[in-house]
Amino acid sequence: MAAGATSAPQGVSRPPSAVAMALRHPGVIVGGIVVLVVVLMGLLAPLLGTIDPSSINPAARNRVPGAEFTMRTDTGERIRMTALFGTDSLGRDIYSRTIYGARVSLLVGVAVASLSVLIGLAIGLVAGFFRWLDAVVMRIMDGLMAIPAILLAIAMVSLFRAGVLTVILAIVVPEIPRVVRLVRSIVLSVREEPYVEAAVTLGTPTGKLLWRHVLPNTIAPLIVQGTFICASAILVEAILSFLGIGVPPEVPTWGNIMAEGRQVFSLYPHNIIYPGIFLAVTILAVNVLGDGLRDTLDPKMAKRV
Amino acid sequence: MTLFGYILRRLIGTIPVMLVVAVFIFLMLRLTPSDPAAIIAGDNANAEQVAKIRQQLGLDQPMLTQFFIWFGKVLTGDFGESFFFKKTVAALIAERIEPTLSLSLFTIVLAVLIAVPLGVLAAHRQGTWVDRLVMGFAVLGFSVPAFVIGYIFIYVFAIWLNWLPVQGYQRISEGLGGWALRLVLPALTLSVIYVALIARMTRTSVLEVLSEDYVRTARAKGQVERKVMFRHALRNAAVPIVTVIGLGVALLIGGVVVTESLYTIPGLGRLTVDAVLARDYPTIQAVILLFSFVYVMINLAVDLIYTLLDPRIRY
Repeated sequence: MAAGATSAPQGVSRPPSAVAMALRHPGVIVGGIVVLVVVLMGLLAPLLGTIDPSSINPAARNRVPGAEFTMRTDTGERIRMTALFGTDSLGRDIYSRTIYGARVSLLVGVAVASLSVLIGLAIGLVAGFFRWLDAVVMRIMDGLMAIPAILLAIAMVSLFRAGVLTVILAIVVPEIPRVVRLVRSIVLSVREEPYVEAAVTLGTPTGKLLWRHVLPNTIAPLIVQGTFICASAILVEAILSFLGIGVPPEVPTWGNIMAEGRQVFSLYPHNIIYPGIFLAVTILAVNVLGDGLRDTLDPKMAKRV
Repeated sequence: MTLFGYILRRLIGTIPVMLVVAVFIFLMLRLTPSDPAAIIAGDNANAEQVAKIRQQLGLDQPMLTQFFIWFGKVLTGDFGESFFFKKTVAALIAERIEPTLSLSLFTIVLAVLIAVPLGVLAAHRQGTWVDRLVMGFAVLGFSVPAFVIGYIFIYVFAIWLNWLPVQGYQRISEGLGGWALRLVLPALTLSVIYVALIARMTRTSVLEVLSEDYVRTARAKGQVERKVMFRHALRNAAVPIVTVIGLGVALLIGGVVVTESLYTIPGLGRLTVDAVLARDYPTIQAVILLFSFVYVMINLAVDLIYTLLDPRIRY
């Protein structure tokens, strides 16, 4: 077949796909770039002039940002360091802790978003398609939604030993009903569509029906919802750590750095300011990215909000 | 159907929701690996003493029986005894309720007073820098955690300018001035996310109303713009705004936990964190059940209020 036959005729441009439009949206570009920078920062943390984020240095406690201090390396030699963001009350370098802190925040954000979307999708598809299950499942979801999300996460945390996995699970549970509702509403509207009715009439097996006709309709809204869940998960993780009930205190996370800085805040606000800025900028970027994706990928939802 | 019948039906409608909440909270804390009887008995107790306490608590009964015993007690306000604070959970909650109620009401009033005019302004100046500023603030309010905002406020108003006291709570009975003064910073902190939420919804729903024919008619007959905004637009945009105020109570409750810890206010939020730290399960159960109940009831009240206010909504 000639190559020219499949290409569009000259002078007629095809309408841009949703993905192409998303990539041109200023919110998606700016938010995406900032998120990418934070991801790279977390991945490349050892290469960014950091020292061991947990190394304690009693001789250099509570140094203000920019102060110099000497530290002993593992090999025993003394080197001079500049504490860009200062040190905390145990002499740990806030700059290193903040850079490494990106790892936990991003891990929690991505893990919570993927888990709650996957679980919510499965429950939502089933609830939307099987009438007899729908009532039961939705009553349970209504009940879960009646418990304020942070409170439910706090209660879940109290059940298991402190750790990253516990925190992830604790944030996933309150997010699930919100995803289920979204998926169910999409399923309910899609099953009225003529092409689904046609497929039903033709005797398409339910599994194939869900996979081929219903699932594709959920992808765009779920990407948008997942982005917002990611932002909210990063926020809730920081809150839990800040309250002292999240990730164990020795792990460098933005919430933990701030929690440790509380006692000396009035004298040394740098403990709170630097991780606070990183945290706020990251969440802001993810939210802006989510807004942009919603406007381009899911215009119906954009109209609703 | 009569109005009374409608209210009754809606009230009954909340029962299954609360029942699910109760079952969930009960199961969640009953399925923990830790044994409440062992916690109460303390480290020095022998197996016999633990078994006796287990019997006293009814923990040797089947799960379903346990649930009904527990639920029956909860309905009478008996949440059991706190493992950690060594008094009844009901008494504990009673002494912690005033600070939380004060902070929440103060915050709601403050947030509505700030957010609604901001949202109306943004809608009125749609597309201008005013609109972008308000919407930018709304996105920012959703992204900056309450405790970061709180520390900024503490640094600026309490440490730097030295205008306001930093921490603590003063009961209303000890003087209204000190009570209000100590609540200003916590309420401001807590209101940021709430303002962001309400301002956004106000803008959206006012914009929607502004495109209606009756607004064009009002403008065409030469109605003053201020009256158009407040009499025609805002009044008809009220339903979604009031709804979001109700839904936002969930955010508010989450924020109360953070804010009370930040400003060392001895309320229910602080109690929740302390109870989790101490693995004090009866207290955790009671606080979550109480907050969820309040949340459900507020949203029911919101629904009922605008059914009464808005003649277009049929019950």
